[in-house]
Parts: sequence; C-alpha cells; structure tokens
Amino acid sequence: MPVRAIVRRTLGLGWVVPALVLVGVFVYLPLAQNLGFSTLEWDIYSGSQEFVGLDNYSRLLDDPVFWSSFGNNLLYAVISIVFQVFGALVLAALVESVRSERWRRGLRAIYFLPSAISLTVAGLLFYFIYEPNLGPLNHLLRAVGLEQFTQAWLGQEGTAMLAVIAMSQWQGFGYSVLLFSVAIQRIPAEIHGAAAIDGVGPIGRFVHVTLPLVREMTGLMAIVTISGAFQVFNEVMVMTGGGPNNSTQVLGTWLYRSGFVRNNFGYAAAIATVLFVITLGVAMAQLWVTRRRRVEW
Amino acid sequence: MVSRLGFLGVIARVFVWAFLLGLAVVVLYPLLWMVLNGFKTNAELFGDPFALPVDWSFDNYRKAWNRGVSDYLTTSVLVTVTSTAATVFVSAWAAYGLTRVDIPFNKTITALILGGLMLAPTVALVPLVKMFQAMGLYNSFWALLILYTAFRIPFTTFLIRAYMIDLPREVDEAAEMDGAGRWTAFWRITLPMCKPIITSTVLLHILFTWNEYLFAMVFTSGSGVQTLPVGLTSLMSKHGTEFPVVFAGMVIAAVPVVLLFFFGQRYIVRGLADGIGK
Repeated sequence: MPVRAIVRRTLGLGWVVPALVLVGVFVYLPLAQNLGFSTLEWDIYSGSQEFVGLDNYSRLLDDPVFWSSFGNNLLYAVISIVFQVFGALVLAALVESVRSERWRRGLRAIYFLPSAISLTVAGLLFYFIYEPNLGPLNHLLRAVGLEQFTQAWLGQEGTAMLAVIAMSQWQGFGYSVLLFSVAIQRIPAEIHGAAAIDGVGPIGRFVHVTLPLVREMTGLMAIVTISGAFQVFNEVMVMTGGGPNNSTQVLGTWLYRSGFVRNNFGYAAAIATVLFVITLGVAMAQLWVTRRRRVEW
Repeated sequence: MVSRLGFLGVIARVFVWAFLLGLAVVVLYPLLWMVLNGFKTNAELFGDPFALPVDWSFDNYRKAWNRGVSDYLTTSVLVTVTSTAATVFVSAWAAYGLTRVDIPFNKTITALILGGLMLAPTVALVPLVKMFQAMGLYNSFWALLILYTAFRIPFTTFLIRAYMIDLPREVDEAAEMDGAGRWTAFWRITLPMCKPIITSTVLLHILFTWNEYLFAMVFTSGSGVQTLPVGLTSLMSKHGTEFPVVFAGMVIAAVPVVLLFFFGQRYIVRGLADGIGK
C-alpha cells in the first residue's frame, strides 16, 4: 500500500478517537483496575494497602449480608419478570386491542409517566405513601376495614423489601408496556385478520399469533429486566438505605456501604467483580438473542 | 375486525376497560397526591391524606426554591446540556467514522465501543472514585460531565450507527466528489439526514442525565455541584419534618421531564425500541 493511503486511513481514526479514549479510560480501565483492587486490604483514609490475594472473595462467601443482598436481587428479578415482562405483555396486548387510537396512545403515555420521573422522586413519593402515619396506604386500608393490615411498610424486615420492589413495578411497568406495544404494532394486521376470519377468538389470537411473534422482544425484555434487577441501587438508597437491619441491602448498596461507609474498598471491589460477572453473563445472553434470526413473516 | 360482539364479548370489553382505567388511576393518583401535597401545610399533610389543600399557596415551592432547589436545578441543567452535547457529537463522529470512513481495525473498534453497553456503572465505581480523586476532579461538575458522557457513548453510538448504516451512501459520496471534505460532508449532509435519530438520542440522554443518581450521589457532596436527584434527598434530610417543601421540590424535579416526554414521545419511543435490539 502506498504511504499516502496508509496515512489517509490512519488519519480517518480521528473520527473514532474521542469515543475510544473516553470509553477506554472511564469504562474499561476502571473495570480492569477493579480486579486488582479486589485483591487488596485497602483503607482509603490511612491510605494503607496490603495484598491479600483472594481473601476478600472468601470473606464474601462467609458474609450473610452478601448472600441476603444477592437473594434480594434475585427476588427483584423474579418479581420484575412476572410483572414487567409477562404482566406488561398481556397489558400491552389489551391496550393494543382498544379500537380508538387516541385512547391507546393516552393509556401508553399514562403508564409510562412514572418511568419518565426519576427513581429518586418515585422512591421518595412511595416513602411517604408507605409512611405509617401520614401515608395514604394505611389510611386506605383503615377506610376499607382492613385495619389489621396497616403497618410500617418500610420499617420492618418482613415487608420492607417487598414494598421497595412494589414501588419499582409501579415505576417501571409502563416502559415495558411501551416496548411490547411497539412489537405488537409490528405484527402485520393481515395475520390477525386472517386468524379472526378463521374463527379464532381474541385469547386464541393472543396465544397463537401475538405470543410467538413478539418472542424476540419478550426475550430481550426478560434480559434487560434481569440485568436491571442486579443493578438496583437508587430506590433502595432513597427508601430504606438498606435497612432495617440490612434486610433491604442489594449488591449495589452493600458494595457502596462496604466501600464508602465501612471504609473497605478491597471488599467493595470484590462485590463489584461478582456484579460484573452477573451483568456480563446476562449481556452475553442478550447478544445471543439478537443475533439469532428473527421470526420471518 | 370482523368479529361480532356477543353478550360475552361485551362483558369482556367492560372488564378490560375497567382494568385499564383502574390501572391508570393507580399510576396517576400517587402523582396527583404528590402535586397536591406541594400545596398543603404540614398540619394538613398529617391530617386526612386524601383531602385537597385548603389554600393553594405557592409558599412551599418558594421555600424549596430558596433552600437549594434553585442550585440543584441549575446544576442539573448545566450537566444535562453539556453532557448531551458532548455525548451526541462524540457518538455521531464515531458512528460516521465506523460507517462512512475507511479506517483500520474497524471491526475491533466497533466491538470495543459498543461492548461498553454491557458494563454496569456500579462495577467501575471504586476505581473511578480513586481516579477522579487523583485527577482532582472528585466532587466537581467535571466528574459528572465526563462520566455521563463516557458511559452513554456506547448506547448513543449504537443508535446513530444503526441509523447511518441504512442511509444511502451515494449522497455523501457525491458531496465528496464535489470537493467537499469529509468534515463538511459530515456536518452538511450526513448529520442533517440523521436528524430523527439524533433527536431520539438527545431526548433519551436528557432523561438519563436528569434522573441519574448513582454517580451523582457518589461523586458530589457540596450543594454547589449536586444535581436534583441527590439534592432532593439532601432537602429531605436537612428539613426534617417540613415535608410539603420536599413535595414541592419533587414536583419541580419531575415537571421538566414529564413535559419533555409529552412533547417528544414519538422520538423517545423510537429510541427506546431501537435501543433494545434493532
């Protein structure tokens, strides 16, 4: 190749260098550093660092809060799959079955509203809704005669995690409905029409037409939902801070607390590695789903 | 639709409507309650939670504004505007380079940039804090600008690149034949053709930055550099039991993005749908 052509091709790299440098330095480099940090006993204030090998990881295995955090992430994932994947899919099909275009658009927009406001606002809002004295939830229960169910929803170990997860379903389901609606709209109208002529009822059409044709979106939503469930941080910090008695800690908040409150950066880095493995695994699954041939029509 | 509604069909439709509208109420009522509480006094708030405000005064809004919300809002706007511009331009350049320019290692570079999509910000938290402390940028506007840009480049590049691939190449090739340089062709021809997807990425980036909490909370502490999500939690802890002021602050934080969604719904939906797997 002539020198001029080589120079010209190399100069072309100028277009991608800013992106490469930013992503390389601030996304990839810290990731690599994290692995190294996880082998240190590291006190950020005194600055003392000591190589301890895999000690942080073995301590992790013996840490009951690590396991309960992991369990909470898992619970988050399972409940979110039920409501934000399967629930949202059924809901999207119902919304799309509405005849009036204006109503369909209106309902989708209303359901999406909580996803537009921040998790911080939504979390604070539900902190007050669950509040035992001024919160409307307990007032409502009293009003309908279910006095015995009134409680400090976020204040006790038995209900706090579920209350946070419930808020998150309220906040996030509209996002899934929106995406499933897009997928359902992409199904050619003739297919539904043909099925209807053949005498297939609405439920039969949902099972035999809609479900198979939005399979790819369902897979992607499941993956995105699982990945999101393991990255939960904001709502827990705002609503409970991980309490009471660490019962609502998730991996993200336990990482934060270990590193920035309990001053053990090496241990926090070890938790980060676990999160890395989980989210990367989930992302690989996503890649696999998108690479597969989609349904042909 | 050819189906004729029988009696059962009518019953089914009624149930579906009742369900859909009931759910709309479940979504809207908490938001309405939030707005109403911003107008109440503390005594009213602790009284009947379902009551309307007695006197619709903007006092709480004024108080919230003067107790830091104006600062948080200014910071949020600044971070949002700068990081949106930085992210979208850097990503559009990268997308152009990857789809229109003959560069070495194209496949590797594409994989590297888009691969960033798979990495969770939480994982990089500890080293990033260390890094920004070393650079002297910890607890500064720059930390948020850099992080929001770097972590959103993969997603934004992904969207713009997918759009550029589908654009006809003849137009920008013709421009280059006319003697226009690559730089001119990018600004004059390719970028304007990408307007729909650029709008989507701009709106999605604004939504992301405005609402982001993890980085904002870990990397800023003084009120001069805190964005709204973190500022609201400070407002909550600093002003103890004056909850109506907190509600007013929440409304101030929520209104801009709600408006943004209403006016840009079409582009936001498109961006979200393309972003999840085109």
